[in-house]
Amino acid sequence: MTKKPSRAELMGQSLQSRRTFIAAGMASVAARPAWSQTPKRGGTLRTIINPEPPSLVLGISPLIPTGTVGSKIYQSLLSYSFDLKPYPVLAKSWTASPDGRVYTFTLQDKVTWHDGTPFSADDVIFSTTKMLPETNARWRFILEQCESIKALDPQTVQFTLKGPFSAFISSFVNSTCPIMPAHIYGANTDYRNNPANATPIGTGPFKLKEWKKASFIHLVRYDGYWDPGKPYLDEVIYSVVPDSAQRVAAIETGRVDLVSNNDIEYFDVPRLRQQKNLTFTTKGTETRSLMSWIDVNLRLPKFQDKRFRKAMMHAIDRQFIVDKLYFGLGKVANGPIATTTRFHDDAAIVKYPYDPKKAIALLDEMGLKPDAKGIRERVSILALPYGEVWTRQAELVKQLFGKVGIEVTIETTDAAGWARRNSNWEFEMSFNFLGQFIHPAIGVARAYISANRRKGVLASNVEGYSNPKVDELFEQGATAVNDPEAQKAYSEIQHIISDELPVLYLTELAFPIFQSAALHDAIVDGDGASNDFSRAWKS
Amino acid sequence: MHNRGAVAGAVVLLLVVIMAILAPVFFPASPWDMVGAPLQPPGSPDLLLGSDMLGRNIASGIAYGARVSLVIGLVSALVAVVIGVTVGALAGYFGGMVDDALMRITEFFQTIPGFVLLIVLVALFSPSVVSIVVAIGLVSWTPIARIVRGEFMSLRTREFVQAAILMGESNLRIILRQILPNALSPVIVSGSLLVGTSILLESALSFLGLGDPNMMSWGYMIGAARTVIRLAWWMSVFPGLAIVLTVLALNLVGDGLNEALSPRMSRKVQA
Repeated sequence: MTKKPSRAELMGQSLQSRRTFIAAGMASVAARPAWSQTPKRGGTLRTIINPEPPSLVLGISPLIPTGTVGSKIYQSLLSYSFDLKPYPVLAKSWTASPDGRVYTFTLQDKVTWHDGTPFSADDVIFSTTKMLPETNARWRFILEQCESIKALDPQTVQFTLKGPFSAFISSFVNSTCPIMPAHIYGANTDYRNNPANATPIGTGPFKLKEWKKASFIHLVRYDGYWDPGKPYLDEVIYSVVPDSAQRVAAIETGRVDLVSNNDIEYFDVPRLRQQKNLTFTTKGTETRSLMSWIDVNLRLPKFQDKRFRKAMMHAIDRQFIVDKLYFGLGKVANGPIATTTRFHDDAAIVKYPYDPKKAIALLDEMGLKPDAKGIRERVSILALPYGEVWTRQAELVKQLFGKVGIEVTIETTDAAGWARRNSNWEFEMSFNFLGQFIHPAIGVARAYISANRRKGVLASNVEGYSNPKVDELFEQGATAVNDPEAQKAYSEIQHIISDELPVLYLTELAFPIFQSAALHDAIVDGDGASNDFSRAWKS
Repeated sequence: MHNRGAVAGAVVLLLVVIMAILAPVFFPASPWDMVGAPLQPPGSPDLLLGSDMLGRNIASGIAYGARVSLVIGLVSALVAVVIGVTVGALAGYFGGMVDDALMRITEFFQTIPGFVLLIVLVALFSPSVVSIVVAIGLVSWTPIARIVRGEFMSLRTREFVQAAILMGESNLRIILRQILPNALSPVIVSGSLLVGTSILLESALSFLGLGDPNMMSWGYMIGAARTVIRLAWWMSVFPGLAIVLTVLALNLVGDGLNEALSPRMSRKVQA
């Protein structure tokens, strides 16, 4: 099955690929991101993975480094462009019923797993109903919206929802719904300990050749890939480089073609941007859209007056954070829905520009008078143990709060300690960040709806916010049958939440990506460096 | 004093102490206050040693850092001396089973790499001045215990101790009044060296982000500066110099004390 295609076959394939591309474009199944020039076959893409992932199997590990490498091996039905429009991957096309309850996906032809076994609708059924509900919390939530998932024939899968769910078509991000091989995982339900996890078998454009722990992960072209002519590259090599100075040196000297995620520290970005032989972008974070904020434990009496939360918000100079700590990357976050997530509505948001005088006026109005030392209130903040920038933010907030009479004690802990205390509500205030995953019903609602106040669960409503009106609006947004209706609900949510401030918004995070000039079309959609690289090529 | 090094050390140490005491006079604002633009080089207006990435005054950080370093150095050395002297005195005085038991415990602490144990202890009890002082004390008492035990074992057989036992003095009284004063000089010397070691340990902890997050210390300043060393060398160089000078001064003073207090050495100097 994995025989090398002859030259003639290759040429035929590339012709055919152009034809399928045109056909797809004319049928306007969905807008594919455009790409430039004529791609060239062959070549090696050298890049970096940091930290080294514990596993490459997307179906069992939700970690970002797993996704960065695993996205070349495993695929979902769809992927999402920079502007979050779905486009076909393993699903060739799809239809939705007018009531928004039935979605029918037609799968690509001639898809095979890396071991040669044909891919079929059974794999989709197995992944979405058996395996992912066990291993992926975000998929579990999507599955709760489904009444049934059926294979109509080996190439057609039908999802019937319990009711309209506007986020459904946004749910097929490869880190939420990677399609896993039923013939490998079907027999053994202990997915996490399956010996096959060491030898990932996917449908993606690249397959694992060798993984030398603590050194490199070597992926090679899968010649039986379903999209004819692709991938263009022969191999992708991820080097494990734990030291940030070495990572900078690697991209500067051209030893790697691409750095992404957290590879490059923010303070190195301005210098690297001067390099003529490198291209720079912060695109490719749209799917995940990470937003940072400070959780406020609303169960505590001192935080219950929203004027106090507003005062704290006015006291934080968020532009300073973006300009000086992130060296200009990212954006000030103003409300619950990021600018790179669907249904963001800038006009609906109540904004809190940096204004210490206003903060003091609000505190005065509440009757929080300064004592002999000038202190009006004391709070403690749990810092995030994820590196320098977070530490500096905690120190900055401490100083800025001090200026308006709020004395801050910074609490530090290790990553496990932070996760335990944050999820068990053992904090007064806590730095935090969360991904939004295209649609507010998937990544935003979980932090605010009262049903999600689940002790011990990370990325839930840890601050303890509860507003029946907001719960109802999130329900309306999720079940809206059309976009204008969803927009109405989400606009109102953005107004209410930015007014009540259950959390103090900080920034929308951006991640610097640098590429050598010879690398093309590596960053082509909202998944950034976690797309499948089937279109990437080197000149 | 014949030892020039010790004199120089004492002078430097005195300057550091004065700087620590007068820090609020020179810098009325807190060292955490953002007083200027971020990343200003040394010599900028009002920023003698430059500013860090939040616009905090490096000079002010060094002055206030001296307080933290000195307090932590002194108190943790004291903790180590108290534990070490107690264990060493009991082991050396009573001998036998007590000695065996206490020395096994001492060996237990000696075989664990000190800095690793320190990190574990501080991480376990969440970083604060108290937990750091106690943890440094806990990992550095063993040499003191060894020295004191040796002194006690040899002094215990002397006539004046035998006489005290015959006179019916209590064990506690003999330990505290008869033997300890005679065993103190090596303890003072190694205690003074311990102050320097403790400052280094605290700096290393802060460098790793395990310092008290509410205290400005030299190690913290270097830790925070290490990532921007190509942009702002002054952020790490000045606190680094402060640590080097202070620890060097303490070592010189310790050597001086060693010479002054050790009878053999002082005789040699006189001869």
